[in-house]
Amino acid sequence: MSTTIIEAKANLDNALNAEGRQIPLSSVQITDYDHRQTVGKITVDNPKMICRDVNVYYTGKQALKHVSIDIGANEVIAFIGPSGCGKSTFLRCLNRMNDTIPFCQVIGEIKLDQDDIYDKSIDVVQLRARVGMVFQKPNPFPKSIYENVAYGPRIHGMVDGKAEMDELVRASLERAGLLKEVENRLSEPGTSLSGGQQQRLCIARAIAVNPEVILMDEPCSALDPIATAKIEELIDELRENYTIVIVTHSMQQAARVSQRTAYFHLGDLIEIGETDQIFTNPKHKLTEDYITGRFG
Amino acid sequence: MNKVISSPDPLQRNIKTIVNASLPRRHAAERRFRWYGLIAVSLGLAFVVLMFGNIISKGYPAFWQTYIQVPIQFDPAVIDPQGNRDPQALQSADYAALVRAGMRRMFPAVEGRLELRALYGLVSSDGALELQNRVLQNPELIGAEQEIWLLASANVDTLIKGNIERSLDETERPIKDNQIGWVDQLQAAGQIEKQFNTILFSSGDSREPEQAGIRGALMGSFYTLLITFLLSFPIGVATAVYLEEFAPKNRWTDLIEVNINNLAAVPSIVFGLLGLAVFINFFGLPRSAPLVGGLVLSLMTLPVIIIAGRAALTSVPPSIREAALGVGASKLQMVGHHVLPLAMPGMLTGSIIGMARALGESAPLLMIGMVAFIVDVPKSFTDPATVLPVQIFLWSDLPERAFVERTSAAIMVLLAFMIVMNGLAIILRKRFERRW
Ligand SMILES: Nc1ncnc2c1ncn2[C@@H]1O[C@H](COP(=O)(O)OP(=O)(O)OP(=O)(O)O)[C@@H](O)[C@H]1O
Ligand SMILES: [Mg+2]
Repeated sequence: MSTTIIEAKANLDNALNAEGRQIPLSSVQITDYDHRQTVGKITVDNPKMICRDVNVYYTGKQALKHVSIDIGANEVIAFIGPSGCGKSTFLRCLNRMNDTIPFCQVIGEIKLDQDDIYDKSIDVVQLRARVGMVFQKPNPFPKSIYENVAYGPRIHGMVDGKAEMDELVRASLERAGLLKEVENRLSEPGTSLSGGQQQRLCIARAIAVNPEVILMDEPCSALDPIATAKIEELIDELRENYTIVIVTHSMQQAARVSQRTAYFHLGDLIEIGETDQIFTNPKHKLTEDYITGRFG
Repeated sequence: MNKVISSPDPLQRNIKTIVNASLPRRHAAERRFRWYGLIAVSLGLAFVVLMFGNIISKGYPAFWQTYIQVPIQFDPAVIDPQGNRDPQALQSADYAALVRAGMRRMFPAVEGRLELRALYGLVSSDGALELQNRVLQNPELIGAEQEIWLLASANVDTLIKGNIERSLDETERPIKDNQIGWVDQLQAAGQIEKQFNTILFSSGDSREPEQAGIRGALMGSFYTLLITFLLSFPIGVATAVYLEEFAPKNRWTDLIEVNINNLAAVPSIVFGLLGLAVFINFFGLPRSAPLVGGLVLSLMTLPVIIIAGRAALTSVPPSIREAALGVGASKLQMVGHHVLPLAMPGMLTGSIIGMARALGESAPLLMIGMVAFIVDVPKSFTDPATVLPVQIFLWSDLPERAFVERTSAAIMVLLAFMIVMNGLAIILRKRFERRW
């Protein structure tokens, strides 16, 4: 393991210097803690994203340890695990949202199709257009419903003219299952909707730029059961066109919407497998403890 | 206290009795605190009322000015002896003679040089100008006779407003017995009247109190603040955005931040000295000019705007930033489309408060010569000018009762502007207040 540590540290130093941050070498303590071997098959036949040996450090504190996993095309994959285990951290690696956190360093390889997303030639703007995100708390822009959905396509120059934009906005809202409810109030502020509607608006906003992958970080944790059911239904429909990665605290939800499930524990990817298998026949002791409610 | 603790194990004690026992003490503390607050607020209010009461009671008479009705004969022999209506001649005619003639016609019995001079002293020297204006506007007047309201002298005005003690010995009054007699006669005849004081708002400073106005100072303040706003707002906003959103967080930006915070606390007179040394002595910009005043006040206002701007930017919730970045907005798009519009009301509020402070500033402007006695109303950014607070400072030094009045009146105008600006800031804040 020792070579990897030295490499990692060198990488980190280089990366930090490249960012123009002046950090004395000694102030960043990187310790590569022992990590647990992942149980289960990490590869899939038609991967959309391939992650190998991903480590994440917050100011030297390791939040993810050697996570390797494939995310299959058109599948819904669920990340579960106790609070603070690094699910959000990993999710945010997939569209480089971690870039916005100062002193957060990602080491490892993540590929979207054939492109290494941490490569210098990849612009985050392009990446985030391809890998959309839905956040835990609905966060519509304080603008009209229409503007919320139209914003992404507009900044990317996806459409020509107002008619095409109208079409795209309606189609996105339709796909997010929200069109019927807001058809007559497209010019009202997005913040005037209910929590569940807001979250579907955020999903519409994400799919309006036609991403390849959608990341969802606990999208239902602020919603009531009925709104949750609607979103789960929606996720199932969206699978046809998109690859979906969902972080959830609800094991029932993971079981309902996902085909594969990954269990994280203290920065380790402990187990990965078919959702049915994980919930009925977990191979790792920690996974079993967690899903039977003995832990977390 | 010990009474309620019946059990050695804290978890076994009865929380109800413990809480009940402490309630009177807590309530008393609350009541006491409410009283402190009430007393503090009343004290503050009392001082405000005292200040406003004082200023208003002193200043409001200045909004009225005494005029004397004088029968004026527009004598062609005086105005236009050649009879050719040459504008040059009309301009330079001796209109003061017409005023004097009018005064003599009202009191034909007055004789002797001293007596006559006292009589002419009842009206302001502004009367000649007034007649000149009328004739130039309407040459038809020549040859006619008209009753014209002429501005009374400051002493008459003060007497009419009841601010001269008649029982004082003549030598201790600025107005003599015979003058008082004439004023009383005029008043009895209804030839003395108080009219709204338009001169206060239409003319610049003057040595004659009845002719002194705040127009010059107002325009000076306007030009100065315009420069201040045009410079400090864009620079301040750009700095705040850069520091908050784009600058890497390192030692240098920390240093800049500390320095900006320090600048906000630097006494304003220091900025005046700096302006004198840099803008006037080094760059050779004109003295007493609103341009330089605006530059100096910009230096003073910038840190305020930057600090308010950064606070407004940080108050935009991170979820909005993430939402924008999440759909693939670049950093500049995120800032330009979402963060800045949401922070703008806060930035404007901060700027308006900064501008209100600049409006009330006098010390740094003294340093750059905006304290001169300037009669002409400034017409550009480089004309010599003064500003309202400095005008107040200048007038407050003068002993005449009429200037004391005007000082308070100018303060009232300044306060009115401040109230409007701060009110605007509050309205902006309320109107664009957003809850997430
Ligand atoms: N911005 C940050 N700075 C420093 N440490 C962080 C930061 N964000 C997360 N961490 C740390 O990284 C670890 C993983 O956090 P993460 O948010 O990924 O957990 P999570 O699995 O999403 O938890 P939850 O289920 O509660 O959302 C935690 O120990 C957390 O303290
Ligand atoms: Mg999380």
